[in-house]
Amino acid sequence: MNVLLELDDVRVSYRQPGRGRIQAVRGVSLSLGAGTVLGLVGESGCGKSTIAKAVCGLVPIDDGSITFRGEPVRRLGLRRRDPHAMRIQMVFQNPYASLNPRRTVGRQIEDGLRVNPDQAAWSVASLLEEVELEPAWASRYPHQLSGGQRQRIAIARAIASGPDVLIGDEPIASLDASLQARVALLMRKLALATGAGLLFISHDLSVVRVIADEVAVMNAGEIVEQGRVQRVWEHPEAAYTQRLLAAIPAVDGLGRLPG
Amino acid sequence: MTALDAVRRRRLRVPAALRTPVAVVSLAIIVAWVAVIVLAPVLSPAGPNAQSFDRLTAPSAEHWFGTDQVGRDVLSRVLHGARVSIPVAAMLVVASLVIGSILGAIAGYFGRVADEVIMRVADLVFAFPTIILAMVVAAVLGPSLSNAVIAILVVSWPPYARVTRSLVLSARQAEYVIAGRLLGNGPFTSLSKDVLPNVAAPVVVLATLDVGTAILLLSGLSFLGLGAVPPTPEWGAMVSDGVQQFSSWWIAGFPGLAIMSIVLAFNLLGDVLRDSLDPHTAETVKGRAL
Repeated sequence: MNVLLELDDVRVSYRQPGRGRIQAVRGVSLSLGAGTVLGLVGESGCGKSTIAKAVCGLVPIDDGSITFRGEPVRRLGLRRRDPHAMRIQMVFQNPYASLNPRRTVGRQIEDGLRVNPDQAAWSVASLLEEVELEPAWASRYPHQLSGGQRQRIAIARAIASGPDVLIGDEPIASLDASLQARVALLMRKLALATGAGLLFISHDLSVVRVIADEVAVMNAGEIVEQGRVQRVWEHPEAAYTQRLLAAIPAVDGLGRLPG
Repeated sequence: MTALDAVRRRRLRVPAALRTPVAVVSLAIIVAWVAVIVLAPVLSPAGPNAQSFDRLTAPSAEHWFGTDQVGRDVLSRVLHGARVSIPVAAMLVVASLVIGSILGAIAGYFGRVADEVIMRVADLVFAFPTIILAMVVAAVLGPSLSNAVIAILVVSWPPYARVTRSLVLSARQAEYVIAGRLLGNGPFTSLSKDVLPNVAAPVVVLATLDVGTAILLLSGLSFLGLGAVPPTPEWGAMVSDGVQQFSSWWIAGFPGLAIMSIVLAFNLLGDVLRDSLDPHTAETVKGRAL
């Protein structure tokens, strides 16, 4: 396997006023290869998003290393991002916050196209078609689109730049249940079609099972279990994973209401 | 795009807030004053500094606004005064908007040293009452209209810097700004493409409200003898002249009314703009069903 992204014993902490430092990520090691989908699951606050941010250089790491194609990922300061690091792109959780409300979606996809080394790879129209939207919608503004449509635009923008590593930081968490699997599968399809590796972060193990090849289960800043998704799903080893799997509601059609 | 789309779009360009009576009245007053600025020489019965022999005459059919202590037609002076007060105030506001928001954006976006230096200077200016500090600066520079403008600029940029800074401070954390940075936007591209367009609305509203303040400051300095020098027909200077002739109310009264009307118009327009640019009220105006 051609390893693109390698995390080695990464530690990240945040300073909390009056309460010292809180360890968000405590020694996480992961590797992501080209053409594979790695699912990262865990409950809220377990450090999943911090890992996504650290990989993009948005938060400083205390210890360990993050290397992308053999080169360390540097912190994204105020300066323009290193072109090498631009091959890592992210789709954010909230599609209502990740698109500039004052620019048309076409212009925002062009921002991605501009940094793609392979200029002939995509056009705005072909990308919109690829994410199952009308090419004519390029002239629309984000507020004219629904949440699912916006998230598709965000995916199109990330793909437009021709990333080698695509990160989805809970990209389906704020979408309607009926859309979640479709958008997740769309991300998988586009990432694999372009030969990129996809790091898909979610708290929803049932969706990750559908789209990921491998899965890493995180709890309290540590990875408790890692392996092929089928194996983890069928024979979870860690106690935490077993609890996580048990918490997935069964679709039995009985329509019970909680409480 | 279909014809229906085009029609709907054009209608949406005029926010509902601008079609309210208050908005129409304030815009009408502003448009009327702009017309006066352009047509002052045509509309005025006499030149602004032309003297006739009848001094201190009350408003009459011949001199609608009366004449002042040296026999100048007050109506002509008020109309010509619009050519001084309004453009200078508008220019002042635009200049302080540009200076203040650029400094504020730099302070908010870059933080650290830039933030400390810019905001401490702003605090320094804030520490003094506006008109007092403007008076000090104008007094040091000497009385002239251009020095009054400089004095007002010195005191009027900090509110823009402060507002822009706080808006930029939160806007630069927005996910779309970060997404842009991940796609290689440098600090200035990021500011101009993603941050500033999204914080412009409240700053522009502040500027509209400030046109009135600028006219008042300019008039205030002129009234105190630190701005426009006689015989320039500046409204504040005219009020100042008129106060010495207290029994002849029309000399100070009409320029005073002129100041009031334009200040009021800009304040009302500012309120209207604030309402129409507020995302909560504007969503009903801008939102378009799919």
